[in-house]
Amino acid sequence: MKYFLQRLAFYVFTAWAAITLNFFIPRMIPGDPVQALITKYQGQLSSQAIESLYVLFGIDKDRGLWSEYVDYWKQLLSGDLGLSFTFFPTPVSEILSDSLPWTLTLIGVTTVISFVLGTGLGVLAGWRRGSWVDGLLPVTTFLSSIPYFWLGIIAIYLLTGPDSFFPSSGGYDIALEPAWDQWFIPSAIQHSLLPALTILISSVSGWILSMRNMMVTVASEDYITVAHAKGLPERRVALGYAARNALLPNVSGFALSLGFIVGGTLLVEIVFSYPGVGFQLFQALGAQDYPLMQGVFLVITISVLVANLLADVAYLLLDPRTRKEG
Amino acid sequence: MTEPVLEIKNLNVDYGLGDQSVHAIRDVSLTLHRGEVLGLAGESGSGKSTLAYGMTRLLPPPGVITGGQVIYTPESGDPYDVLQLTDRQLRGFRWSETAIVFQGAMNSLNPVHKISTQLTDVLRAHEPKMSESSRNARAREMLKLVGIAADRMDAYPHQLSGGMRQRVMIGMALILQPQVVIMDEPTTALDVVMQRQILGQLIELRERLGFSVIFITHDLSLLVEFSNRIAIMYGGRIVEEAPASALYRDSLHPYSQGLLGSFPALRGPRRELTGIPGSPPDLKGMPSGCSFHPRCPKAFDPCATEIPVLTAHGDRSAACWLVER
Repeated sequence: MKYFLQRLAFYVFTAWAAITLNFFIPRMIPGDPVQALITKYQGQLSSQAIESLYVLFGIDKDRGLWSEYVDYWKQLLSGDLGLSFTFFPTPVSEILSDSLPWTLTLIGVTTVISFVLGTGLGVLAGWRRGSWVDGLLPVTTFLSSIPYFWLGIIAIYLLTGPDSFFPSSGGYDIALEPAWDQWFIPSAIQHSLLPALTILISSVSGWILSMRNMMVTVASEDYITVAHAKGLPERRVALGYAARNALLPNVSGFALSLGFIVGGTLLVEIVFSYPGVGFQLFQALGAQDYPLMQGVFLVITISVLVANLLADVAYLLLDPRTRKEG
Repeated sequence: MTEPVLEIKNLNVDYGLGDQSVHAIRDVSLTLHRGEVLGLAGESGSGKSTLAYGMTRLLPPPGVITGGQVIYTPESGDPYDVLQLTDRQLRGFRWSETAIVFQGAMNSLNPVHKISTQLTDVLRAHEPKMSESSRNARAREMLKLVGIAADRMDAYPHQLSGGMRQRVMIGMALILQPQVVIMDEPTTALDVVMQRQILGQLIELRERLGFSVIFITHDLSLLVEFSNRIAIMYGGRIVEEAPASALYRDSLHPYSQGLLGSFPALRGPRRELTGIPGSPPDLKGMPSGCSFHPRCPKAFDPCATEIPVLTAHGDRSAACWLVER
């Protein structure tokens, strides 16, 4: 428990540092968003409007850095991330809450499927060395060496078209309104198939390979021989003894990969114009939309930290040796 | 002498297949009688552990049994050949008839499972009808038998000392009351005091429960003290087999003499420790004739060309041309 609290304190500190950096970095970049807005509206803004924009963005020059920093925290804690300026005047929090579910569902579900499938195949490949699963390895390794966004482009090129079942971009049919109904959900699933497959194909072999190698390592441990000598059923030895121990590094890898759900597969969303966080970040970058960028970075930072914490907790639960006595 | 419980007949074990293979066990025949402690000694690489793994069919690949029989006689029922059992029969045979205490005291327990889990899953596999509570009671009883407090049931292996872990392993080996317990250097990783304690306990348990023991070690001095009979292995063969006291007093094979000369006696006049010159043979290029002849101080004509066979001389046997002469 003490160990856990230590870890927690560490993560709180890291979060504070990341958020503070998040505050300072945009302020160190030359130019400011109001200038950019003025250019965007081509001089049609009155000086009053410009003045109030400075206040709105929280960069009115009368105030000191410290009070800005305090305000930044206050706003952050009340969930106010400022106004986006690509989609002016929509609040950043609204854009994030619109796009986050898309990313979480698409990449989240794919990551879980990839982990479960890859680990399962890895257990099989490691336990029955030389079986058909081993023959699969070079193929999956080859596929994983292809960058997934390139795989996505190839998939779009080969599989989409006017008559194809697979849509080439978007998260749902543009003729439909987002809703939980019988038209929207199938459409959303249909649109997610190609990006999901792309990610799955390029990520699954990593799990297979690491699980297989851990299985091979664990299979030569003394306690596996003991388990055989005890006359335990093959399944029990393979799963309860070998896979249970081989799983440990993969589980922490999995928890970490959960952290990269939001930021890690940005390029897939860009390639497929998928309405997730990555795609928003891409648009924000193009438009120098600092509030939105800050918002996305904040979400990425927090998800990475939470994933790390999850990895620690998972390890505590799975490996008794990491639990400190007392 | 009592009836045999385990008879190894002309067992051959190779590592690898085809031309690349090495013969780790050559034509080994050995009999374990009911209730006795049979010591198996030899240098590293002499094949003692391979023999143990071979007769229980636990050889890790690329180990292959290329011939022979391992006849097991159950307490009641007809003898059968362990090497001919189906996988299913073999699983039933393992641990309930022959249990093993392995070399690596530290690594024989799975670090992520509690002691109780590892003790009871044997019972779950072999006696599926047993209830959860009686399984736990049996496990606790076994821990008590080897002198570990029952409250350590819920401990993880890393919370126990090396000696405790090895005692847990001994308790685990006895949980199904097997006829034969194979001890593969069970005390190698422990300090001398702990070795003595555990072996003493083991002998006491054996007298109480009446199982037979095959005790494998490179420490001949331990065997002289704890076993009834001793077999000496060299280069994958048994070179001498004799009652412990006879072997100690007057061994027939020069290799046994060499082994005995390499540790100090507790009593009697002081003598120079000799050791055995040279190093154990390479299994890939075994010397012709008697495989010990390049290191043997008493080698003579036939040794380099003809392989001596293990022949009986009263209650003992040896494979040496010196004895034949």
